[in-house]
Amino acid sequence: MVARQRTLRRKTKDDTLPTTYESVVSSPRADFLSGVRVAAPILLGIVPFGTVAGVAAVGVGMSALQAVGMSVVVFAGASQLAAIELVGRNAPATVVVLTVLVVNLRLVMYSASIAPYFQRQSAKWKAALSYLLTDQAYAVSLLEFESDEETSRRWYYLGVAVPLWVTWQAATIVGVLLGARLPSGWHLEFAVPLVFLAVLVPAVTDRATGAAAVVGGTTAVAANGLPYNLGLILAAVVGIGAGLAVESRSSTATDDEDETRSPESEDEEVA
Amino acid sequence: MATGYESGMLWLIILAGGVGTYALRLSFVALFGRLDDVPAGVERALRFVPAAVLSALVVPQFVYADGALALSPANPELLAGALAAAVAWKTEDILATLVAGMAGLWLLTFLLG
Repeated sequence: MVARQRTLRRKTKDDTLPTTYESVVSSPRADFLSGVRVAAPILLGIVPFGTVAGVAAVGVGMSALQAVGMSVVVFAGASQLAAIELVGRNAPATVVVLTVLVVNLRLVMYSASIAPYFQRQSAKWKAALSYLLTDQAYAVSLLEFESDEETSRRWYYLGVAVPLWVTWQAATIVGVLLGARLPSGWHLEFAVPLVFLAVLVPAVTDRATGAAAVVGGTTAVAANGLPYNLGLILAAVVGIGAGLAVESRSSTATDDEDETRSPESEDEEVA
Repeated sequence: MATGYESGMLWLIILAGGVGTYALRLSFVALFGRLDDVPAGVERALRFVPAAVLSALVVPQFVYADGALALSPANPELLAGALAAAVAWKTEDILATLVAGMAGLWLLTFLLG
């Protein structure tokens, strides 16, 4: 009995040793898990988004495999929904692809902003980490990287990004399964603009982004009948121009006060 | 139900969209050192992409009904969209926005018969 207690105690002591070590010097595992913890509440938010992507894809006649394949290959929600809508309208293939790229242009911004932190990763890791770059993974990781020098960039980022990826794929599959069973009288296609709306509102943070939204939306309405469904691309260009115009006007008015604001912080919530 | 595309063409669209999107993601991560920063003008323009693009995706869906402009209270999608916009603004929550918009649409289509 006594001997057993002793071994037990010794075992406990041995077990706690690496844990203490982990909390002092960061380890891959601890960094991965702290990423997972921060990502957990965000996962809940992307479930309905991913589900809608699955429902919408089978709704326009894509196969289950294509629906999930799109989530794996493209892995960018807003652009997937935009593409699905255009597929439903039989837009030319080039317009569908171009629209996806226009919607995803913001990823260039994230790529540039996070690049210094991935500078020391091997080319292979850079390739893998980039595939997982999303609005949420970017926003959460950058916040951590800026405040904590010790955390392993790679593992913390993976802790955030991998659960996001898994949840996105699982939600798509749920949507595909649901979509095949839901009756059409439920107007489920309406869920698509609703999801866009939910990510649009936080993206409007000031007068300039507001102008981009108003002008972009109005142009899209006016250009709805444009041949080849080029309306979205035109609306994006005109909307961005409006944002730039309002920004440069207000920055001259307020003596360049706006110039110091970080552009990245504006669109963290857009998916 | 099938789309208006050949299955192979649809896969091509998915692949091209995916490869292009991946290139956007990888761009500066791979180029870092040779090209450290997005040119200031480009960066300023990119800031407006989400607002302009998302709005362009949303608004036509709310104001068009059966292919024609329908800016009247008889268009349930317009009213449900306005309700959802209010909820999105208050909560900034995807699920709450979805629930409000869908419930609003179902109720309105039922009432407007």
